[in-house]
Amino acid sequence: MAKSLEQLEAEKSVDLKDPALAAFLAWLIPGLGHLYQGRTAKAALFFICIMGTFVYGLSLGSSPAMGLGRVVYCSWRDGDKRLPYLCQIGVGLPALPAVVQALRVRDGKEPLFGGFMSPPPPSGHREGNDGFNEFDEYGQPTLDTLHYHLARFFELGTVFTMVAGLLNVLAIYDAWDGPVFMETTGKDEGEEQDDQSEASSDAAAV
Amino acid sequence: MDNLLLGVAGINDMWYTLPLIVAVSLVYSATRHEQVSPILVHALRIGVWIVGFMAVIFAVLTLVSTLV
Repeated sequence: MAKSLEQLEAEKSVDLKDPALAAFLAWLIPGLGHLYQGRTAKAALFFICIMGTFVYGLSLGSSPAMGLGRVVYCSWRDGDKRLPYLCQIGVGLPALPAVVQALRVRDGKEPLFGGFMSPPPPSGHREGNDGFNEFDEYGQPTLDTLHYHLARFFELGTVFTMVAGLLNVLAIYDAWDGPVFMETTGKDEGEEQDDQSEASSDAAAV
Repeated sequence: MDNLLLGVAGINDMWYTLPLIVAVSLVYSATRHEQVSPILVHALRIGVWIVGFMAVIFAVLTLVSTLV
């Protein structure tokens, strides 16, 4: 798609200020890096789209019985290596409570905020004939319990929050290096080459 | 036929793709432009392209599942 001269000029004149700081801010809160650079419209767009996707994913992975924010958690134990968190962490500060909760659980402490973003206790702990334990001593649901009660919404919430994190990676790159300019069409390239050849012939004539 | 019925029954879940398509197309096109109007135009194009691509894949998978 060919762009008007005004659009190209506007895009080339983007002031990125300190790109490293902008990229860090963009990771911390989606859109914050663009706000720092004065690109307000894009900041609002990134914040609404990315945070909206993330919060919607969180709400899909929540229920009154299971608690809030169950699809975003940090875990690296046998049987529950939470690889989706590597994508979810791309959204920055909103996903960081999971790290705090994981450290608390690792130290044997009770999770904060009713278990919001805390790693679920190990599943499959059978006691006598009572079947599987659904909750641990702090009232936190096990991974089996989460899957059973949330059903497909556990996966849906995981996918939404992962996509939000990955989209923020694009936003971080945009804050770091500005917009990726679209390639000009073949016709435009041909015209540019014609212009260059005309300019060189003019120069040779002079 | 059963597969086709199962596929139709799962169409309600396809509504969950709508917010994803909107978010993905807007964010992607925002990394390609700086002005709002080209962003929206590009996002619309990408959104239509994604829906079309998914429709083709859906049709192919449905056809395969009815043949097998």
